[in-house]
Amino acid sequence: MRRAAPALALVLVAAAALAQERAIPLDQLKSGSAFLGADLLSLQKDEFANPGMLWVERGEKLWSEPAGRKNLSCADCHQDAKSSMRGVAARYPRIDAESGKLLNLEGRINLCRGRRMGAEPLRYESGELLSLTAYLARQSRGMPVEASIAGAARARFDAGERAYRLRRGQMNLSCAHCHETSWGKRLLSETISQGHPNAYPVYRMEWQTMGSLQRRLRACLSGIRAEMLPYGSPEYLDLELYLAWRAQGLPVETPGVRR
Amino acid sequence: MAARIQVPAQAKRGEIIEIRVLIQHPMETGYRHDDVGHLIKRNVINVLSCRYNGVEVFRADLSSGIAANPYIQFYTVADQSGELEFYWIDDDGQQGTERQSIQVAP
Amino acid sequence: MRRRRFLAGLVALPGAALAQVDPLDPLVWVVTNGAPVKKGKVTVTLPQLADNGNSVPIKITVDSPMTEADHVKSIHLYSEKNPVRNMANFYLGPRAGRAEIDSRVRLAGSQKVTAVAKLSDGSFWYDTAAIVVTLSACLDES
Repeated sequence: MRRAAPALALVLVAAAALAQERAIPLDQLKSGSAFLGADLLSLQKDEFANPGMLWVERGEKLWSEPAGRKNLSCADCHQDAKSSMRGVAARYPRIDAESGKLLNLEGRINLCRGRRMGAEPLRYESGELLSLTAYLARQSRGMPVEASIAGAARARFDAGERAYRLRRGQMNLSCAHCHETSWGKRLLSETISQGHPNAYPVYRMEWQTMGSLQRRLRACLSGIRAEMLPYGSPEYLDLELYLAWRAQGLPVETPGVRR
Repeated sequence: MAARIQVPAQAKRGEIIEIRVLIQHPMETGYRHDDVGHLIKRNVINVLSCRYNGVEVFRADLSSGIAANPYIQFYTVADQSGELEFYWIDDDGQQGTERQSIQVAP
Repeated sequence: MRRRRFLAGLVALPGAALAQVDPLDPLVWVVTNGAPVKKGKVTVTLPQLADNGNSVPIKITVDSPMTEADHVKSIHLYSEKNPVRNMANFYLGPRAGRAEIDSRVRLAGSQKVTAVAKLSDGSFWYDTAAIVVTLSACLDES
């Protein structure tokens, strides 16, 4: 046991060093929008025609609509989201100090609803949750993704990296096989992207609607014929944190438009 | 049904103005199945019209061939100050209306 | 009856789309009443290649002064391969000022898209654009 301790420490240090090393250097990061065709790129940039703006606008209305037992709205505590929420989404997922839990934006909205408003949580992929999430993320548009992996987040980050590198499903692929070592290559008519989360929730043509990052993760799992986990599961949250760290410095693009 | 409609707030009389309409709607084709294999019934916005001070200046019959969350852009001549009224209805009978005012300088 | 008309349409269009609009196509007949449809005046703009057939940008313009005496009354949009071939009809008039429509359409695979315009003098004009629609590389059952 005593002999094992230094060896264990060494392994931990090595693991930490490994995790800090970036498979894709920061100056080579490319947002998903860099892999879009001209049409979808111009649609994303079109402030009016970007269909995701329908959700952003609804989110703006929901922001000041009272809900729950306490009949409070988000705006009652946070006032104008345009100033109070500026830059907030860019720092998610993050650890909630009160509960010690790792939260993504959706989780934070639902925690606020439960803890402060006495309201029921909103369901993943519901119009309400997508709209509020899109509205919040929109307030960080253009700001660099900057998730913290210090302190309590560290263990979740490490778990996220393990999830990222785990081979899964009938195709026996990990996230890294496509998005780390094969990005830029062709897969049928598509170009594989680096798999960054900086434009979520996105309006995806495949879905013909808005969807969360977790829906995209499920779509990837379905693509490699692996088991899809339920929405909100801890493994997805860990993965979201790892993805956010991986995308450090990329600008928030919400609402993104994707294939 | 949420919608975004863009009409210039001001124009000169006789100017051709661009109008953009984006409506939140699945434009359900009637060919898709739900998770348990049941056919999802067709539900599309089948008519969209635009009246300018009460006179119809544009109308479209739409079908499942128009993308979800339909986007339509068209033109009209700025005539007089007043209101443009947009109206649409889907197969379920759900209607939407939206009004936008315009100031027209002579 | 519906099925027969649908099948007839399938047979009629591929050849027709290559050369001209078939005035006997029942979907065209209801608009033209059998009048000839000439190539010209109309321009259909589609990308050559679409990443996804669920939402393809389309622009239809008709060369017309859009005056009381000479204007476009309507534009009718047809798909070669969609299950519903008459995708949309747009009704304009001299108040439009410009005969130009932008929208986004669904296309069930690579095909030709045709727009027929009805002018105020009773003549009919068309244009056709071809597009390749690619399929998604990954399954998505999310």
